[in-house]
Amino acid sequence: MFKWRTDDFSWVDFTIDVLRVIIVLGVVIGAWNTLSSGRISLAQWVNLFAAGLSQGSIYALIALGYTLVYGILLMINFAHGEVFMAGAFSTVFLAEALNRTGFLNAQPLLAILLMIAFAGLVSMSVAILLERIAYRPLRGSPRLVPLITAIGASFFLQYTFRGLYGSGFKAYPGVNALQGAIEIGGISIPVVQVFVFCAAIFLMLCLYWLVERTRVGKAMRAVSENKEVARLMGIDIDWVIMFTFGVGGFLAGSAGVINGLFRPQGVNFYMGFIPGIKAFTAAVLGGIGNIPGAMLGGLFLGVIEAIGPNLVLAGLGIPGANQLKDVIAFTMLVLVLIFRPQGILGERLSETKA
Amino acid sequence: MNMLRAENSRSILTLGLLSGAFILFTGAVGMIAAFHEREVVDDVISLGQLLLLLAPFATGFVVSDRLRASGTGSLLIISSGVAVGLLTALPTVIMLLFNSDEYRFLLDLTLKLIPFVAATYYAWQQYRIGSDQRLIIGSWLAIVVLIGIVSFSFALIFEIKGDLRSVLPNISRDWVEVVTFDHPKELMTGIATLLLVSAGAGAAGSFMVLVPPIPRQALLYGLGVTLLVGAFGETVRLILQENVDRDTLKQIFRRDTLRQDPALMLFIVSTVAGFLWAMFGQQARQGFANLEPSRRRMVNGVGLLIFAGILLMLPWLIGRTLSDVAVTIGIFVLMGLGLNIAIGLAGLLDLGYVTNYAVGAYILAVLTSIGPLGRLDGVFTFWMVIPVALLAAMCAGFVFAVPVLRMRGDYLAIATLGFGEIIGKLAISDWLKPLIGGAQGVQAIPKPVFFGTELRNPEQLYYIVLVASLVTLFVSIRLNNSRTGRQWMAIREDEDVATAMGIDTARAKLLAFTLSAATGGVAGAIFAAKVGTVFPNSFTVFISINVLSLIIVGGIASNPGIVVGAVVLIGLPELLREFSDFRFLMYGALLVIMMIKRPQGFIPSKLVSHEIRAGVNAKAAAAAAN
Repeated sequence: MFKWRTDDFSWVDFTIDVLRVIIVLGVVIGAWNTLSSGRISLAQWVNLFAAGLSQGSIYALIALGYTLVYGILLMINFAHGEVFMAGAFSTVFLAEALNRTGFLNAQPLLAILLMIAFAGLVSMSVAILLERIAYRPLRGSPRLVPLITAIGASFFLQYTFRGLYGSGFKAYPGVNALQGAIEIGGISIPVVQVFVFCAAIFLMLCLYWLVERTRVGKAMRAVSENKEVARLMGIDIDWVIMFTFGVGGFLAGSAGVINGLFRPQGVNFYMGFIPGIKAFTAAVLGGIGNIPGAMLGGLFLGVIEAIGPNLVLAGLGIPGANQLKDVIAFTMLVLVLIFRPQGILGERLSETKA
Repeated sequence: MNMLRAENSRSILTLGLLSGAFILFTGAVGMIAAFHEREVVDDVISLGQLLLLLAPFATGFVVSDRLRASGTGSLLIISSGVAVGLLTALPTVIMLLFNSDEYRFLLDLTLKLIPFVAATYYAWQQYRIGSDQRLIIGSWLAIVVLIGIVSFSFALIFEIKGDLRSVLPNISRDWVEVVTFDHPKELMTGIATLLLVSAGAGAAGSFMVLVPPIPRQALLYGLGVTLLVGAFGETVRLILQENVDRDTLKQIFRRDTLRQDPALMLFIVSTVAGFLWAMFGQQARQGFANLEPSRRRMVNGVGLLIFAGILLMLPWLIGRTLSDVAVTIGIFVLMGLGLNIAIGLAGLLDLGYVTNYAVGAYILAVLTSIGPLGRLDGVFTFWMVIPVALLAAMCAGFVFAVPVLRMRGDYLAIATLGFGEIIGKLAISDWLKPLIGGAQGVQAIPKPVFFGTELRNPEQLYYIVLVASLVTLFVSIRLNNSRTGRQWMAIREDEDVATAMGIDTARAKLLAFTLSAATGGVAGAIFAAKVGTVFPNSFTVFISINVLSLIIVGGIASNPGIVVGAVVLIGLPELLREFSDFRFLMYGALLVIMMIKRPQGFIPSKLVSHEIRAGVNAKAAAAAAN
C-alpha cells in the first residue's frame, strides 16, 4: 500500500487546500463574468437580496431550534425539520377555516397571531413528546445513538403526518393585506417579504429576551454551561431541557406559518426535510450553540441561496442555475463543515463538541 | 391474596390505554383500513382485524403475566384481561362517536372542556403538595390559555369543516367498517361488537398465561404459523404454484387467501408439531450437544449443504414474481454489507450512501445504453462495465471521503447526507441533462448477456446478485478479521486512542469509505440492468435510510444480521403490498425502538453486543457510584 508521511506533509490538508483554491477561483470567475456582462440590473439584485433575507429569516427561526438544543444537549435534533412541518401542516386547516369565516381578511393581524400561536403550540407539543419518548431514554449514550434515533423519528413523524392529513399539497389561503408591494426609492418589495422579515425578527427578539432576561433563560444558560453544576444549584435539568425543546418547537411552528404565507406552493408532509437540513446549515454557519449566530447564519444562507445561482453558477455558464439553489445550500453546508466548523461567530470548539 | 395491588391496576390502566392509543393511531394513519384489503383466512379474518385483535391479546398477555408473578388469582387475571381489552377499544370507540353524525357534539364539548379539566387537574396536584396560591392560579390560567388556543382552534376547524374526514382523511368509511366489524350503519351495535371482540381477545391473552407452558407454547406456535401463512397467502401460493398442481392449489386458496378448512388443518398440524417440539425439542438439542465433535461437524455440514442447495435452486422453487423480490433483496444485501464496512466496522455514519448507488447505476446506464444517451452503441457489455462501475463508485467514495476525513460523528453524518442531496439535485438538473438525461433519465439499457443467452428474467439475474453477495460476504468476513479490520474497530471505539496507537486514521478511514462504496456501485449497476431505465427519482435519501435501517435492525457489524435485516425490511413491503405505504413509518419507528431497547440489533455480532453490555455495565456502575 501507498503511504504518506503524516508529520511533514499531510495529504488531506493538501487536498483541502486545493479544494479551497478551486472554490475561490470558481466564485471569483463566475461573479466576474456575471457582473461584467451586466445581465442583472441593480434593482433586480436588490429584489433577490430582499427575497433572500425573507427566506433566510425563516431558516433562522428553524435554526434557532437546532442551536438551542445543541447548546444544551450537544446533539443534533435531526427531526427538527419535521417539528416545523407539524406546525405548518396542522395550521393549514385553521387558516382555511378562518378564511371561510372571513376572519382572516377582516382581522388579518389577529388571525395571523392566532395561527402562529396555534402552529407554535402544536410544534411545541410534538417537540416535547419527541424529547420525552425518543431522546430522554438515550441521554448519556454514545453520540451516534441519538442521531440515529433522530433520523428514525424524523421519518416516523413525516409518515405519521402523511397518514393523518393525507399526502397531497395543501395551500394556505391568500391574505389580502399581504398582497401588493412597497415602493422604496424606485425599488418595489412585496409586502409579504417585509412581513416575513419583521415577524421573524420580532420572534427572535422575544427569544433573546427570554434567554437573556428571564429566570428560566438564566437556567437554560446555566444548563448549557455545565449540567452537573446547574443541578447542584437546584435547577431541574429535565424541565429545562423540555422547556428548551418546547421553545425551539414553538419557533419552528411559527416559522411554518410564516413560510406558508410566504410561499404559495403549499405544504405537505415532506416539506420539513430540506428546510431542516438548510436550517442546520444556517446553525452551523453561525456557530452552533450560539443564538445570534443562528440568526445571522440563517439570513446569510438565505441571501447566498438567492444570489449564488445567479451570480456564480450563471456566470460559469451552467444552464438552469436556479434549479441548483439547493445544491448551493448543501455545498455551503459541506464547505462550512470542512473549513470552519466553528462557524462565523463560534469560538474554536473543543474536540468534544466538534 | 385475591386483591389487585395499586401498581397492578395502574399497569392495567396504562398498558391498556397505550395499546388503545396504538390501535387508534394505526387507524388514523390508515393502516387498519389498508390492511383490511388482505384476508388472512377466507371470510374469517382480515389483516386489519387481526391487528385489532393482536393488540389486546398481547397486552392482556403481558399484563396477566405481571399479575401472575405477583400471585393474583385466576379469576382476577381473566377479568384484568377483559379490562385491558375494553381499554384498548376505548379510544377507538370515542373516535367512532366523534365521527358519527348524532354524537358529533361530543367532540366539540370535549375539545372545549379539555383545557379547563387539564388546568384544574394540574392546579389540584399543586394544591395537594401545598404550592403558593398565586402560583396555582397563575398556572391554571396559563394552562387554560395555552391548551385552549389549540383545542378551541381544533373545535373551530371541525365545526367549519363539518366532519373529521376533511381533516383526517383516514378516519373514513372503510375504517369504520373494519373497527365495527361490518356494522357501519348501526353505530351502537358496531361499538358493542368492537368492545366485545376486544374484551374477548384480552381475555384470551390472559387465559394464555394460565395454560401450562408446554401446551401454551404449542398453541402460540400453531396460531403464529397459521396466521403467518394466511397473511403471506399470496407468497405461499406463488411458491406452491411452482410445485403443486392446480386443483390442489384451488382447494387450499381462494385467489390469494387461505380457505377455512386448510387453515384449520394447518393450525392443528402446526400445533401438534409445536407440542412435539415443546416436549422433545430439549432432548433433541441435548442429544446433538452430546454427539462427538466430528459427528456434530458432519450434521452441521449437511445442514449447510442443504442451505446452499436451497439458495442455488431458489428461483425454481419460488417462481418469477418472488425471484424479482429476491433480486431486490439481494441488491440491498449488497448495499447493506457495503455500508456496514463504514458504519459497522469503522463507525463512520455515512448517510450519503445513495451516491455510490447512483454512480454505479448511471455509469452502467450511460456506457451500455442503446438509447439516444448511450453514444457508445453497445460497445461495452454488462460484464465489462461492472468493474468500471465498481471502480467509479470507489473513486466517488474516495473523492467524497477526503474532505470529510477530519469530521467526526454527527457532523460527518450530516455532511455525507449533504453529498447525497447534492448528487440527487445534480442528477435531475438541466446542467447534466445532455450527459445523463435530467428528469427523464437514461432509457434502453440492455440486459446482460451470458454466453449468448440474454439474462432477461429475474430468475437469471438472481444468480448475478447471489454471486456478488457471496463475494461481498466473503470479503467482508475476511476484512473483519484482518489487520485493517482491527484498525477500523480501534477507530470506532476511540479515534484519539487509535491515533496514539500509531494507526494512520486518515488512511484507514479513507479505505473504509472507498471499500464500502464499491459494493454500492455494483448494486447500482445491477439495479440499472434489472430495471432497464435509470431515473433520478430512484436515488433519494430514502435509499440511504433503507440501507441504514436494515443494518441497525439486523445488527450493526453482523453479517447474518444484515442479510436477515434485508430480507425482512425489504422483503416485507414487497410481499405485503399494503405495507409499502407504511414502510418508512415502520422503519422510523423501528430505528427509534431499536436504539432505545436493543441497540445491538436482532442478530447482534458477538463483539458489538459484548461492547454494548460492557457499556451498559459501566453506565450502571457509574449510576450506582453517584
